[in-house]
Amino acid sequence: MKLFSFKGGIKPDPNKTQSTVLPIAQAPLTSRYIVPLHQSVGGTPRPTVQVGERVLKGQRIGEADGWISAAVHAPTSGTVVEIGPHIIPHPSGLATDCVVIEADGRDAWIERTPFDLDQAEPDAVRDYLRDMGIVGLGGAVFPSHVKLSVPRGKQVEQLIINGAECEPFITCDDRLMREQATEVVQGSLLFGRLLNAGKVLIGIEDNKPEAIAALKEAQQQLEAPLEIVTVPTIYPTGGAKELIRVLTGKEVPGSRRSTDFGVQVFNVATVQSAWRAITYGEPLISRIVTISGAVGEARNWSVPIGMPINVLVKLAQPRTDMDGVIMGGPMMGFRIPATAAPVIKATNSLIVHAPGLFPPKPAELPCIRCGSCAQACPQELQPFELYWWSRSAKFEKLENYKLFDCIECGCCDFVCPSHIPLVNYFRFAKSEILAEQREQQIADAARERHEFRQERAEREKREKAERLAKANAARKAEGKDLSAAALSPSPKTAPANDPDAAPDISSHPDQASTPISMDNHPVLDATAKQAAILAATERARLKREKHAGKSRDTTH
Amino acid sequence: MTGYLFILIGAVLVNNVVLVRILGLCPFMGVSRKLTTAYGMGAATTFVLTMGTGASYIIDHYLLMPFGLEYLRTISFIVTIAALVQLTELVIQKTSPMLHQVLGIYLPLITTNCAVLGVPLINVSQNNDFIASLVFGAGSSIGFSLALILFAGIRERVEAADVPQHFRGVAIAMVTAGLMSLAFMGFAGLDRY
Amino acid sequence: MDGILYAIAIMALGGVVLGALLGYASTRFKVEGDPLVDKIDSILPQTQCGQCGFPGCRPYAEAIAKDEADINQCPPGGDENIHKLAELLGKEYKPLSEEHGIEKPKQVAIIDEKVCIGCTLCIQACPVDAIIGAAKQMHTIAEDLCTGCELCIPPCPVECIHMVTVVDTPDTWKWQKPGTASRVIPIIPVMATIQSEHA
Repeated sequence: MKLFSFKGGIKPDPNKTQSTVLPIAQAPLTSRYIVPLHQSVGGTPRPTVQVGERVLKGQRIGEADGWISAAVHAPTSGTVVEIGPHIIPHPSGLATDCVVIEADGRDAWIERTPFDLDQAEPDAVRDYLRDMGIVGLGGAVFPSHVKLSVPRGKQVEQLIINGAECEPFITCDDRLMREQATEVVQGSLLFGRLLNAGKVLIGIEDNKPEAIAALKEAQQQLEAPLEIVTVPTIYPTGGAKELIRVLTGKEVPGSRRSTDFGVQVFNVATVQSAWRAITYGEPLISRIVTISGAVGEARNWSVPIGMPINVLVKLAQPRTDMDGVIMGGPMMGFRIPATAAPVIKATNSLIVHAPGLFPPKPAELPCIRCGSCAQACPQELQPFELYWWSRSAKFEKLENYKLFDCIECGCCDFVCPSHIPLVNYFRFAKSEILAEQREQQIADAARERHEFRQERAEREKREKAERLAKANAARKAEGKDLSAAALSPSPKTAPANDPDAAPDISSHPDQASTPISMDNHPVLDATAKQAAILAATERARLKREKHAGKSRDTTH
Repeated sequence: MTGYLFILIGAVLVNNVVLVRILGLCPFMGVSRKLTTAYGMGAATTFVLTMGTGASYIIDHYLLMPFGLEYLRTISFIVTIAALVQLTELVIQKTSPMLHQVLGIYLPLITTNCAVLGVPLINVSQNNDFIASLVFGAGSSIGFSLALILFAGIRERVEAADVPQHFRGVAIAMVTAGLMSLAFMGFAGLDRY
Repeated sequence: MDGILYAIAIMALGGVVLGALLGYASTRFKVEGDPLVDKIDSILPQTQCGQCGFPGCRPYAEAIAKDEADINQCPPGGDENIHKLAELLGKEYKPLSEEHGIEKPKQVAIIDEKVCIGCTLCIQACPVDAIIGAAKQMHTIAEDLCTGCELCIPPCPVECIHMVTVVDTPDTWKWQKPGTASRVIPIIPVMATIQSEHA
């Protein structure tokens, strides 16, 4: 098969052999699991359990909120002891709502029923995967069922299963492909079928010969109609856009989706977990995590989601001088703010950090516009220009230089002779731009609502005036009859536009501007309302006085 | 024909109205903070200056010269140009709101631009004919726009740079303008060949 | 003598002709509306809080366009907005005027639903229809829609509305700008070095 290539990229020291020697081990049961509700891109799932409730392993504890969202499940059986904010592994160090489960040690499964693929509608499969919490396990945690729905009129020509795993230190996909090759192949076929894909390709970097051999063997056994493609080892081949480029030669711009070009990409672990969900009815409650760095025993663990990171790291015998944990790889990962945070669906690797593991980054020097970053950039951007405008916070310029095409792979950081943390500048600029867009949206919505309200107030005023005129006209006609009867025609009777002439309507002066109350309570009496307000004010005053008196008493 | 070409190149590069003749410095320094405004100002000036040079040629030749009133050139030119600018603004505002948005506040600003008065005066002193006047006016204004846009591009970058505290703002802009002027001096060598 | 008369005649003629032309054009090409107001309005934060002294953001934008109000009267917009307005209007930047208020972090109003008596007064005050409720029914505020204008607080007879600061979530959290290395060349007094050498 003809391979293509992308521009740039780097070849960092892979550091993968340390953790590929030992097979995947099952992490032992611990006492407490902290499961964040918000683990995927999109809406935050709503909790479906209450504090004190007993849950079984695999029971749904948070249901998806909206289409772009995925459910979360209990990693073991036990009791829900808390639903509240806990620190999650996120660079912000902020806490979000988590379900804390006290394990009962029995690890008892909920009843699992396989999904009957032949009987089901295509939409039902997607809903099922959403409820099973299947998300992209490569690190982006995008809900998989969303990626499985192809826009109308589009055809997926190539389905790419991403087993490249280009980032140093990370070996979880490598070990998974070696040990669960059959499941990976079957999962790939399953997704090929769901997407009705013309061709299924599994792309693997050539530094994983064992994984390639295992997959080829599994393919032969299953006689699977897919292709296993060996790609050269260049960081970041594992990036979705780069792998698409290498395997198909197609270039996907940042503003478009890959399905527009007839390609879709999934990680190997994602297809394997989806296959398990459909075949065995197992939701996504554990994942494989590489633990390496300053540890005595670097290897991969199968870890229940929600296991505290400090408990997990202890299993790997960390060096005594460890001073932190990096989630992800050395290129794109980040230092987690607190090791009490749990393992989440995005945790593919934990690197235990100790002094001397990575050389300290020298101080930032001025940019000399040497262009090394532009040569290394796999997205063919000009990082030195992006840096120039990010640093000076001139965000409107960044649009021209396609900041949002940046995948934050860190190649530019790696090659920069001035040691500038370029990606951090881009992250800063991106989050500022996104925040500004959010604010603009809010402001636009507020303007619209305000204008609508003013328009409505005007309309009501007009309608009121019309009603008034009508009432007056009616009264005039009546008055004429009366006056005719009483034989006392007065030339001064009620001019049509005199507001006093219609006391039955104008006695509710405040109702014209209380549209909601007027709609619901057309006969609300203004005096009764006034009395209610007065009574309430009196109550509030008494309460305040009482409170003030009490606090005076306590101080005495 | 080549004569017109020489007038054009001479006006754009060799005798650049801003960087060599040092005319029209107020808009050059004032509206060169952003590239987009520089485009607007350049377009507005090109339009007005070409028209103004033509109009002032007609005034000079058919009104002032026959009566021997050359001493009224300055005042009559400025009145003509001011009226022309106002008229243009009114028409543009009505017919093309888009262009008015772009040119915006720059049109009235041009009235008091010394380049706009200077170029017609230089033009009549050179005894150009009507077509040559238009070419000279257009060339000078293109030269003005070129200098302005280049300068705005540089200033936008300089704004983001680590300029020493005491050089920030107008000081570094002046230094930049000086260096640009030196660079344009190099075009003086063009007339040797 | 003739020369002067000619000069006067020509200048007068020129003045009359050009004046007439401009006068005609100004009536013939008259345009209504001011696109500047829309531009200013799009910068303002649309809280509709009235802290600027005008009844809403658009009236304030109109006042700025007519040069009847200064650009530094909008506390919710803060410093960033003043910079943007200064750039748009080609004016000098000024710090926020203190008499109109101080810049606060974004807030939303919360109704204490136990205390609310359902008087609908806050509904009338809300400029963006963010309060939901009916007469004698408990009210609540749609937090997504609340602009934090505080206009609902004074009318409440039972003081059941409070402002709470909006806290960051991992989704809205912003990355810090990396610290730029200071490039200050240390200045060592000459005398000090000479003395230390001698010592």
